Amino acid sequence: MRRWTVLGLVVCVALAGILGAGYAQAPRVIRIGVVVSATGPAAALGIPVRNAFLLYEELFRDAIPGHRIQYIILDDATNPTLAVQNARKLIAEDRVVAIAGSTVSVSALAMVDVTGEAGVPQMAMGATQNIVHPVDEKRRWVFLLPQTAASAIQAVTLDMRLRGIRTVGYIGFNDVWGEEWWTSLSQAAPNLGIRVVANERYARADTSVTGQVLRLLAARPDAILIGASGTPAILPHRTLRERGYRGIIYHTHAVGDPDVLRVGGKDLEGALLPVGPAVVADQLPDNHPSKRPALEHKRIYESRYGPGSVSQFGAHVHDFWLIVRPALERALRRASLDNLPAFRAALRDEIEATRNLPGAHGVFTYSPIDHLGHRFEYSNVFVQVQGGKLKLLRTFLPRQ
Amino acid sequence: MDATILGLLVADGITNGVIYGLLAITLVLVFTVTRVLFVPMGELLMYAPLTYALLVDHKLPGSLWLGAVLLAAWGVLDLLAGARRISLVLFAGAAALLGAGAWAATTGFPILAWVLAVGVVVLMGIATYRLFFEPIPHASVLTYLILSLGLHFVFQGLGLVFFGPEQYRLPPLLPGEAQLGPVPLPRQNFAVYGLALLWVLLLYGFFSRSLYGKALLACAINRRGARLTGIRIRDAGRVAFTLAGLICALGGMLLAPLTNAAYFMGFLPSLKGFVAAVLGGLVSYPLAAAGAILVGTLEAFSAFYASAYKEAIVFALLLPILFVQSLRTLEIGGVEE
Repeated sequence: MRRWTVLGLVVCVALAGILGAGYAQAPRVIRIGVVVSATGPAAALGIPVRNAFLLYEELFRDAIPGHRIQYIILDDATNPTLAVQNARKLIAEDRVVAIAGSTVSVSALAMVDVTGEAGVPQMAMGATQNIVHPVDEKRRWVFLLPQTAASAIQAVTLDMRLRGIRTVGYIGFNDVWGEEWWTSLSQAAPNLGIRVVANERYARADTSVTGQVLRLLAARPDAILIGASGTPAILPHRTLRERGYRGIIYHTHAVGDPDVLRVGGKDLEGALLPVGPAVVADQLPDNHPSKRPALEHKRIYESRYGPGSVSQFGAHVHDFWLIVRPALERALRRASLDNLPAFRAALRDEIEATRNLPGAHGVFTYSPIDHLGHRFEYSNVFVQVQGGKLKLLRTFLPRQ
Repeated sequence: MDATILGLLVADGITNGVIYGLLAITLVLVFTVTRVLFVPMGELLMYAPLTYALLVDHKLPGSLWLGAVLLAAWGVLDLLAGARRISLVLFAGAAALLGAGAWAATTGFPILAWVLAVGVVVLMGIATYRLFFEPIPHASVLTYLILSLGLHFVFQGLGLVFFGPEQYRLPPLLPGEAQLGPVPLPRQNFAVYGLALLWVLLLYGFFSRSLYGKALLACAINRRGARLTGIRIRDAGRVAFTLAGLICALGGMLLAPLTNAAYFMGFLPSLKGFVAAVLGGLVSYPLAAAGAILVGTLEAFSAFYASAYKEAIVFALLLPILFVQSLRTLEIGGVEE
């Protein structure tokens, strides 16, 4: 009889211990909002980002001891209005500590007002410079993950000069993305002695660009730059070739995506474009600082979504994680999650304190006056479409 | 600008214009007979090529399920109304559609997939009328407009679910290029012209020679008068929607190889078809067709001269037209009977 009482007591104490320990270690949830364009014309760019976030949540949700990281992923359908609504909802209802997105420049730019007002760190994945530049009261809160057009255009114009190209024609989207590439091109080209001879625009959902292409052909440029992104970039390329254009065609880094290459097929053969190093991870030279993180991302992403699935945009999520995880850990030491505004501010400061962090897309160094974080030499490589695959042509690493 | 560029621009304009024209004719046909402004025709246009693309890719597209569900719902309605034999036929049809779809998906045989893709869109056209518009035969134009706007959003959303957000590339009916004077043209353009011409002739024959066509015209001109002479308005509506589905499906199959097919591709062409139909006052076929060619050509030339303002120029065309139309005060739509 006595023995049973003792045993019962022991069991009770053990149970209480387990429960107590369980209670003490119940993870605090850290919510991070994600806005992607998973549908609409820019879906080909947003889907890998969504996929990557789903995967990274699954793998790394318990990476910070005592906490659980949860991503709340919303689709903005390539629509800035919806992106803004999503951002408001994430901030007010879901009480997120930070927001990643959106994947399209227009949407990311539209969200800056909301995140800046509410004081929520935003990691934008649209690639235009004016999302983060100049760093003012609102833009204090937003950081950029992708390479900007201004930096990618440097890679394009360098390649143009090496190929001895004298004249270049431009066709791009009639939105922020197309405008950014046009501005960058028209500023960068004259310094290298390249003349810009045509400037045409089209819409993502257009069914024909014959008019614009004829106009381009009439200007007889040595090369043509297509300032577009995703699958809609294929239409002008195909029309140019159909109309007998034999010159070189350049694309933006928003085109180096397996989906675009699949839909584009033979039409895109020979196209030249700058991409982030993550896209050609296994072709990078060993001394490239991004080689290791890029290969790591490739391994993680392809383990779930199959070989050849890694893309420019999915890799931004890897960089997001590389930057935000240590920032979160440092912010947790400085501020409490119970005081959300203070925690968001601490997280912002810690993201801004990121220095010389090798990521899949280059080396990140943010500062109070620079929220772009990229250095041209590390963040851009130049590739060509060969046999439906991207082939590394050159890197821009500084000579040692 | 030389002759080649001029020729290419005109050819491009006419190709797009022909597609808009098919849509404009559909719009006029459906509107005159049933007073429905058929907004979801853009979606019907998009369903056909995407269904085809998925079938050839050995997948069973959701649009076939939608078609089967619509047919089955129609069967249930008829069953409730007491027409047991017709409802049995409809149920069998729904099952046959899925069976044919499964067969086409396993074989991936292009011609079968083509026929099935066009067929399911035609069925969806007529079933849409039977299920949503026929039960409210005397509603106002505004009610119909709101209903068809709702259908547009539903069909587009379903399109996203069925086909995903990515684009597909369809092989052209006629590959390669042909030289027309100084102008090199893709052969697919001729497929577009040829089929459109065939359609216009067929429709002309249908309306001028066949009893059904004449009944349809009678309905369009005066519904009460037509009913008094023994024409069933209901049947006229069904015929109109069947034709609409067929034209949309063929238009989509022609348009898709010229661009990339995606779930959002239907709306803009149908909007431009609408502009063209308004040019014809929503009642005249020849004027609508001519308007469509005008819209297409204007689009091509504005793409050449001021590409950034292309859409703005095309849609600004509505303003003077509406102004002139308001001066002419044609009695169209509005109050009936």
